[in-house]
Amino acid sequence: MALRRQIRVGSQWMYADEAHKALREALRVMEDEKGGEHGGHHLPWIRRYVFSTDHKWIGIQYGFTALLFLLLGFCLMILMRLQLGWPGTAFSVMKVLGETRQSGGVLLPEAYNQLGAMHGTIMIFLGIVPLAVGAFGNYLVPLQIGAPDMAFPKLNMISYWCYAPGGLIMLASFFAPGGTAQSGWTSYPPLSVIASQGQTWWLVGMVFLITSSLLGSVNFIVTIVQLRAKGLSYMRFPFFVHAQFVTSFLLLLAFPPLEAAAVLQLMDRVAGTSFFMPSGLVVSGQALTNAGGGNPLLWQHLFWFLAHPEVYVLILPAMGIVAEIIANGTRKPLWGYKSMVFATVFLGFMSFVVWAHHMFLTGMGTTISAFFQTTTMIISIPSVIILSSLFLSLWGGSIRFTTPMLFALAFLPMFGIGGLTGLPLGLAATDIHLHDTYYVIGHFHYVVAPGTIFAMFGGIYYWFPKATGRKLHEGWGRVHFWISFVCINGIFFPMFAQGLAGVSRRLYDGGAQYAHAKQIAAQTNPFMSVCAIGLLVAQVPFIFNFLWNAIRAALGHRDEGLGSNPWEATTMEWAATTSPPLAHGNFEVLPVVYRGPYEYNVPGEAAEFIPQHMPTAPEPAPRGGSLLPSTAVAMREN
Amino acid sequence: MDAHASVGHAELEIPYNVHPRPDTGVYNAKLGIWLFLASEVMLFGALFSSLILLRTGAETWPRGYEMLNVPLATFNTFILIVSSVTVVMAWSQLRLGNLKKGRIYISATILCALIFLVNKAFEYGHEFREHNFPKTNNFFAIYFTLTGLHGLHIIGGVIVFLYFLGPGAKMWARDPERYTNRIEVVGLYWHFVDLVWIFLFPVLYLM
Ligand code: HEM
Ligand SMILES: [Cu+2]
Repeated sequence: MALRRQIRVGSQWMYADEAHKALREALRVMEDEKGGEHGGHHLPWIRRYVFSTDHKWIGIQYGFTALLFLLLGFCLMILMRLQLGWPGTAFSVMKVLGETRQSGGVLLPEAYNQLGAMHGTIMIFLGIVPLAVGAFGNYLVPLQIGAPDMAFPKLNMISYWCYAPGGLIMLASFFAPGGTAQSGWTSYPPLSVIASQGQTWWLVGMVFLITSSLLGSVNFIVTIVQLRAKGLSYMRFPFFVHAQFVTSFLLLLAFPPLEAAAVLQLMDRVAGTSFFMPSGLVVSGQALTNAGGGNPLLWQHLFWFLAHPEVYVLILPAMGIVAEIIANGTRKPLWGYKSMVFATVFLGFMSFVVWAHHMFLTGMGTTISAFFQTTTMIISIPSVIILSSLFLSLWGGSIRFTTPMLFALAFLPMFGIGGLTGLPLGLAATDIHLHDTYYVIGHFHYVVAPGTIFAMFGGIYYWFPKATGRKLHEGWGRVHFWISFVCINGIFFPMFAQGLAGVSRRLYDGGAQYAHAKQIAAQTNPFMSVCAIGLLVAQVPFIFNFLWNAIRAALGHRDEGLGSNPWEATTMEWAATTSPPLAHGNFEVLPVVYRGPYEYNVPGEAAEFIPQHMPTAPEPAPRGGSLLPSTAVAMREN
Repeated sequence: MDAHASVGHAELEIPYNVHPRPDTGVYNAKLGIWLFLASEVMLFGALFSSLILLRTGAETWPRGYEMLNVPLATFNTFILIVSSVTVVMAWSQLRLGNLKKGRIYISATILCALIFLVNKAFEYGHEFREHNFPKTNNFFAIYFTLTGLHGLHIIGGVIVFLYFLGPGAKMWARDPERYTNRIEVVGLYWHFVDLVWIFLFPVLYLM
């Protein structure tokens, strides 16, 4: 073997190859530091902002996209509400829908179906789930568990880039011949199989969205299990992490059956199979030519096997957010944290065995109905446990009524109404009357709109300083909250009355032509529509507040004196990193966890709150002061 | 190519990428693939359930052994089982530090997969010639859907194996353990794809 040459570096002799390696490393580090001075690093622009692998940026990408979709879904709903409030009246805004969907400003019935289907699809699959899981989950989970990033950063990027095209395909379907999907967000066959081309686009879009969720959920679970910081045992997780953990399992295991169903429906539409098409169907006076022998109920089973767990995907992250805000805003540990955690896990399990409560009227027989009504009653117990614990957490707290706290507090009774109205739906005898009426619409909107969406708003106000270093304006936040709160109840509460009076859902005229529905429709629909417009107006201050501060932050203007931990929180996303976090990488030093998530006002401690990563209680810090480990502060300042 | 190298920050090294986390006993990708396979079980489980529901609800249902080519499918079953063995051999050779032999076994696995696909193509061609298409009846509908989806999984596996045989093998020089792990993970996926076939074969061909 040849002798390795040695060279002298400074006062030391080194092998030449090793010195060369060291030199390269040194060059790289210097390059890095130079990049750091310009507020970023040496990744090209496209890798930093478009195809980023940093969970924080991906979270922001998800957040922006999802908020845009929420706004779009909301606008579709406004058009529907105009038609429902004043059926047959011409509105010039309808003209945006193009020639085929309105005539002289009057919405056409087929177009109403398109708006309905896309409102539901966009809100659920493109709005709330990406916001709750993709944005909040992505941004916060690694920070809260003290991880440097997600376990698979590239998969994380791919997950976003499956979501975005999925959304674009859904949008593009508006331009398909015959318009977009029009069979509701549930896409029941046989109607969906014989519907126009837009339905095919819907199915393809769904396949993308499902792929995105699958990649995301694998990533979340692995991240939480593998990358949690030293000392962070499961019972020290912030509740939000538990909520995301269970949510990921739901996404992982419930979405594939929908994928299977989507594949089968695609085959029915494209390859002419008859999975969901029974024999002997006659459409517009013509017998269909396909082989028949299929079963439309098969779709309903596969769909609801996903879609019931899906409703918990919609609610669990919201509960997680609310729990974080409430613990922080009451300055107390959560009451019954442990039972909340077990309730969440139990809820996750149970949500797989209740799906057919959406199908009581399909004639599946009383035995099966009895089974599913029993499981449905059982699953309401964990929801009640979680909600009660959150209510009881307020007891004796010195509550700080900040904007995020207002939203979190409003969530509690709103979710309560939504959940309680679910019980009569879960009992087959009462559901016979209520199924497919506005009562159902009222039920799930109470859970999802003033429930989940309010929690999301609370979360945005709460974590905005984390992402940007600026606080959203409190005053406008209150305006946003109060108008939204009043209007949203004005929209959804009358729905219960309508449903009890027998008004069916998915009616083009809101019931104006039906003898039994006429009266209540005339009494309530215009009022509800006015409230919907009020709700739209209430979003204006929020949109300006949000965009103004986001743009200011992007231009580098931080709130002076806000500090790293403006809410004086104990969880690690605030306490162990700077706000906003470093450009890449989460922690200067990976934190170690010494205590539970909500150590506020611990008896016998001088400090009002003790962050999770603090080995011993710190001296009481000045309000809003930084509680970073001293090394981190030192590194940040130079 | 490697994002981590170009980002190059110590804090961006994801822990337990290669070595198992002591308290869970697995490295990240291994847990990831198991979770992914769980979702795949749900996917194929839903399709098998659909098959059961359609079949029990049908008045008549063709017998698989009368409609399909059983000997060919038996041969394909055998081929896939062999490929499951070769992929394990590849992994164990890599564990022993023998890249060359490992690559030979990976190639053998790819070869098996290709034989399977060619056979499958012949089978499809035969069925089309007999005018049996997905739309013919629900038996062929589910047959083509299930085997088609399974075929796509095989193709996906072949692509991944080809990657690790070619450009992906560069990782061996830098980090042999990580490379070995990757083959283990693909191997797990491959076993699953074989297992799906082991279920498909009797359900579609023999019953
Ligand atoms: C807490 C206990 C709950 C019970 C007992 C319950 C029960 C039900 C039942 C039985 C139905 C079917 C009604 C029918 O179609 O006739 C239903 C519909 C629905 N629920 Fe719930 N639910 C509960 C909570 C939730 C939650 C937390 C969410 C969402 C976050 C939710 C979202 C929905 C949706 C979206 C629908 C309607 C789906 C459709 O037909 O378009 N529910 N609920
Ligand atoms: Cu349900």
